[in-house]
Amino acid sequence: MKAPENYHDFEKDISGCGVFGVISKSRECIPGDIPIRAMACMHDRGNGLGGGFAAYGIYPDLADKYCLQLLCDNQQALDKAEVIIKRFFDVYEAEPIRTRKVLTIPDPPVVWRYFVYPKELRTQSHFSGGSESDYIVGVVMNINKEVPGAFVLSSGKNMGAFKGVGYPEDIAEFYRLDEYAAYIWTGHNRFPTNTPGWWGGAHPFTILDWSIVHNGEISSYGINRRYLCTHGYECTMNTDTEVVAYLIDLLVRKHGLSRKLASSVFAPPFWEEIEKMDEPEKKLYSALRTTYASAMLNGPFAILVADSDRLWGLNDRIKLRPLVVARKNDRVFMSSEESAIRLVCPDLDEVWMPKAGEPVIVQADGC
Amino acid sequence: MAGSFKIDATDMDYRRLNEIVRENVRNGIDEFVLDNVVGQRYIATALKGNLTFTVNGTPGQDMASFMKGPKIVVNGNVQDGTGNTMDDGQIVIKGIAGDVLGYVMRGGTIYVQGDVGYRVGIHMKSYMDQQPVIVIGGKAGDFLGEYMAGGVILLLGMFSGKPDAPVAGMSLGTGMHGGVIYVRGNVPEDMVGREIKVEPADKGDLEAIAEIVRDYSEEIGVDAASIMASEFMKLLPRSHRPYGDMYVPV
Repeated sequence: MKAPENYHDFEKDISGCGVFGVISKSRECIPGDIPIRAMACMHDRGNGLGGGFAAYGIYPDLADKYCLQLLCDNQQALDKAEVIIKRFFDVYEAEPIRTRKVLTIPDPPVVWRYFVYPKELRTQSHFSGGSESDYIVGVVMNINKEVPGAFVLSSGKNMGAFKGVGYPEDIAEFYRLDEYAAYIWTGHNRFPTNTPGWWGGAHPFTILDWSIVHNGEISSYGINRRYLCTHGYECTMNTDTEVVAYLIDLLVRKHGLSRKLASSVFAPPFWEEIEKMDEPEKKLYSALRTTYASAMLNGPFAILVADSDRLWGLNDRIKLRPLVVARKNDRVFMSSEESAIRLVCPDLDEVWMPKAGEPVIVQADGC
Repeated sequence: MAGSFKIDATDMDYRRLNEIVRENVRNGIDEFVLDNVVGQRYIATALKGNLTFTVNGTPGQDMASFMKGPKIVVNGNVQDGTGNTMDDGQIVIKGIAGDVLGYVMRGGTIYVQGDVGYRVGIHMKSYMDQQPVIVIGGKAGDFLGEYMAGGVILLLGMFSGKPDAPVAGMSLGTGMHGGVIYVRGNVPEDMVGREIKVEPADKGDLEAIAEIVRDYSEEIGVDAASIMASEFMKLLPRSHRPYGDMYVPV
């Protein structure tokens, strides 16, 4: 056996995913052009096997309705999903998601959106007894699990996720994101390492109005997934990051943890650090580590989490993935690379790199 | 034929940018000004000899990796992997630097005006007169000088955007078995790994520091005397072969 000739001479960029996010604290509309150009600047971080965006404030006329965006292999799958949607919800509007023909996306799926509200007398199911949000989560899990070839892209109010297989700028072109404006945007460029590059596996991952983009690997996927399963969350996307979306919904919405505390569940202080804390803190962080051992995220990550009111960035506790934060007036940017921010906002007031495990939480006005 | 060459990198792919640079190097150009740089990777990678670059903007990953000789002045911040396995030359960064700066650096100098990210100077090594030097004007993240085997890191902690942060993060010099880290001011004991001993810099150290600071302050444009007006601590490995008898009992 001999090593292949010119084994070093390969045309390949060794890279990782790219993430970008921007929030306007005054909820001023940021045109889609901004996140699209920023993601295109980090083109070489991905390899064309996944791109996506989340946008907040894009459906102001129907802001009180939940917007279920669906992605289906074919019309049949959409029809089956629609039966479930109509069983559980009143549908106020249903329309195809606007798309364009894009050369790099030769065989696009069927994408459709429904503006819905739970029926006044909620349709009986094992999840009907919970809150309205639990009901939405239940239906989303039901569609994702039970309808072959269909899944819910996003399920929040006045927001949407748009994703697929391709470079982010191609995905943006496909979904015509240049025609949208939002007060929070996140974007993702995927370099899949150990899970398939398919439409459902692209980022962001969502539930209700939560959306998550992630650079890294969740090595604890198995234990996180089993833990979520015991709380009614079904993982169906074949990608590690999916667990983060559901863990955030469980910890922050259902258990009422603050984002800061949830951050220290995901990226907990080391026991050596806890040892050095004052007694009340020591008690708190020991309790968190013990209670939520199965919710800890092991492995390298830089994640951006958005909801209707906030943009939240977090690194793993030894910072194995890059994250840069910058500010210009009332806009805060978070990105894998500073250059992506500079491209869309050359003159920044402030640029910094947060510490490992230190959450950066930016809240919009009026919440 | 020597001369200066200006490139506007607006909307330019990194491959194209680096091709233009290399073509002009072959044609004898030795001075480059790169304007509107925004994320282009591998600038000056593996270039040799007496070339100078002025980079205006934010260069991309792995700038100056494997570089052997050129001088780069960056008017802005740099991203991750700058000076990766750099052999010789000088990088002057008038801003902050990302993670893994000077990874496995084996010669030349890197001067940073402000803060640096995580894992700076890890695996740095030296060979005979090849002595890599990194000077950090601000503060450093975790794992500074991890597994360091040679060369010098000088950490000033002065020009920092993080007034409340410690001068360096956790695991400072963990696994270090060669070279030296100088820190301006004091070093808390719990900041360094078990492999490290901390001593006040002696007369010989201070002379070495002063020489580095002279060049640094000239390049960055800061006052050398105010940098030197402080105590310095010296971090050294306790052993040059800390695990020599790990598998062979002695």
